[in-house]
Amino acid sequence: MYDYLIAPFLQYGFMQRALFGSLILAVSCAPVGVFLMLRRMSLTGDAMSHAILPGAALGFVFFGLDIVPMTLGGLLVGLVVALGAGAVSRLTIQKEDASLAAFYLISLALGVLLVSWRGSSVDLMHVLFGSVLALNDAALTLIGLIAAITLLALAIFWRALVAECLDPLFLRSVSRVGAPVHFLFLTLAVLNLVAGFQALGTLLSVGLMMVPAAASRFWSNQVGPMCLVAIAIAAVSALGGLLLSYHASLPSGPAIILTAGGIYFLSTLAGRRGVLRNAFAQRRHRVA
Amino acid sequence: MTNHCLRFENLTLGYAGHPAIHHLSGGIERGALTAIVGANGSGKSTLMKGIAGILKPINGACFAHYRRLAYLPQQSELDRSFPARVIDLVSLGFWQRRGLLGRRTKTDRANLAGCLSAVGLTGFEDRPLDSLSGGQIQRVLFARAMLQDADLILLDEPFNAVDARTIADLVQLVRQWAAEGRTVLCVLHDHGLVRQHFPQTLLLARKAVAWGRTDAVLTPENLLRARNFQEAWDETADWCEDSPAGSTASKGAVEKASANV
Repeated sequence: MYDYLIAPFLQYGFMQRALFGSLILAVSCAPVGVFLMLRRMSLTGDAMSHAILPGAALGFVFFGLDIVPMTLGGLLVGLVVALGAGAVSRLTIQKEDASLAAFYLISLALGVLLVSWRGSSVDLMHVLFGSVLALNDAALTLIGLIAAITLLALAIFWRALVAECLDPLFLRSVSRVGAPVHFLFLTLAVLNLVAGFQALGTLLSVGLMMVPAAASRFWSNQVGPMCLVAIAIAAVSALGGLLLSYHASLPSGPAIILTAGGIYFLSTLAGRRGVLRNAFAQRRHRVA
Repeated sequence: MTNHCLRFENLTLGYAGHPAIHHLSGGIERGALTAIVGANGSGKSTLMKGIAGILKPINGACFAHYRRLAYLPQQSELDRSFPARVIDLVSLGFWQRRGLLGRRTKTDRANLAGCLSAVGLTGFEDRPLDSLSGGQIQRVLFARAMLQDADLILLDEPFNAVDARTIADLVQLVRQWAAEGRTVLCVLHDHGLVRQHFPQTLLLARKAVAWGRTDAVLTPENLLRARNFQEAWDETADWCEDSPAGSTASKGAVEKASANV
């Protein structure tokens, strides 16, 4: 037991860093994912993770495989896409899913163009899939910083975020914070995707955000508890995925997300609001 | 200063250059209980949006003097599948007083319980929103409006999908608000209800057909006139030029004077 669960993290520094990094990421990403889901923007994370690519590619083209320029590039382009799509949907009749689709596809095409212009496909794979096992101090600091910003922003703007999801028109009638909070939230989403992309790659960082969030819906009917459940699922997935990756020699990113996927399926079946609970619901009912 | 809570000056509101309501001028006194009636598309909801500041005027101005506004829209953008309890939704009504971070006090919680009890939803505090009926949701929204402790209250067809007994209860609540000196505007289709409970009426048909004491407004002649207006947009219609003389209203001004009152 000890050999399986604890020894890998004690013996190898890279495993410790990987665990540390992905646990911080879990705490930060999962609540953002919950709000994305509640806003019916579950696929937005996926789109955004693609949108980040040209920024990362630009950093890569000019500075090679170095996390700082690639992260900053991804952040910049991600914000342009998120804010651009958000602005189009706020200012015109177009809904956000459509404007975001347009923005992120343009961005993705640019990114592929940039990578094919300068890099080989091996490098592209690295950008897309990352490696949690290669987290250096700079990457860990970045993840920690982004997590701190995320949790602080969520704590301060919690009421506004909930109100903006629950009844946006009401919020508009009593306050002007609706639009700024929406943009702040999109910024948080981009920040967390960028934080995750070194650890898990652009394609899988969204997985740690959305899969635990989606699973959490089967366990609770309140936002706060849902966020906590999502964080717990993401943390367990990180731990389980890393162990799976270590013992079975699997790539770490997919191992983490697949572990989360397993928990998701368990939740759909056995969760408090899951399939089994519905199927075997009591035939009896109360008089009132 | 006049005792007007709302004053319209040649107010024109609409969409894509077509007026939903145009050249509205007049005022509503503080503490007045006004019903807004008219056919579909006569501009009732648009006027509400204009007063709430959600829709900017095409022309003219709406001067609103209030401390706090409560707006119950016809088509709420409420997400009923959102994982929230009744108490969470009603608590949004604290926003104007407690804001983003303000702590809710013991008195606040007592207030909230009082509002739920006033709409007959005591015991519903922890019920998830997706388990409520349409009429119950409407009552929850009433409780929230009540909790806002607003001095200007806009209700847009608040009695849709509400049963007769509940309507009677809610109307009493509305009358009580007016008696407490709050200004209430309520969009309604039930003329019987209007005659019975609302002293003032504004009859709309893209413009004000009649406005004043309810018995003087809801006359057969006025109602006939209100029925005869062109509901459909006409892309080739002439530009409307019949601005009242002497109007100096600036283009597109919504003035929200949060004056000390």
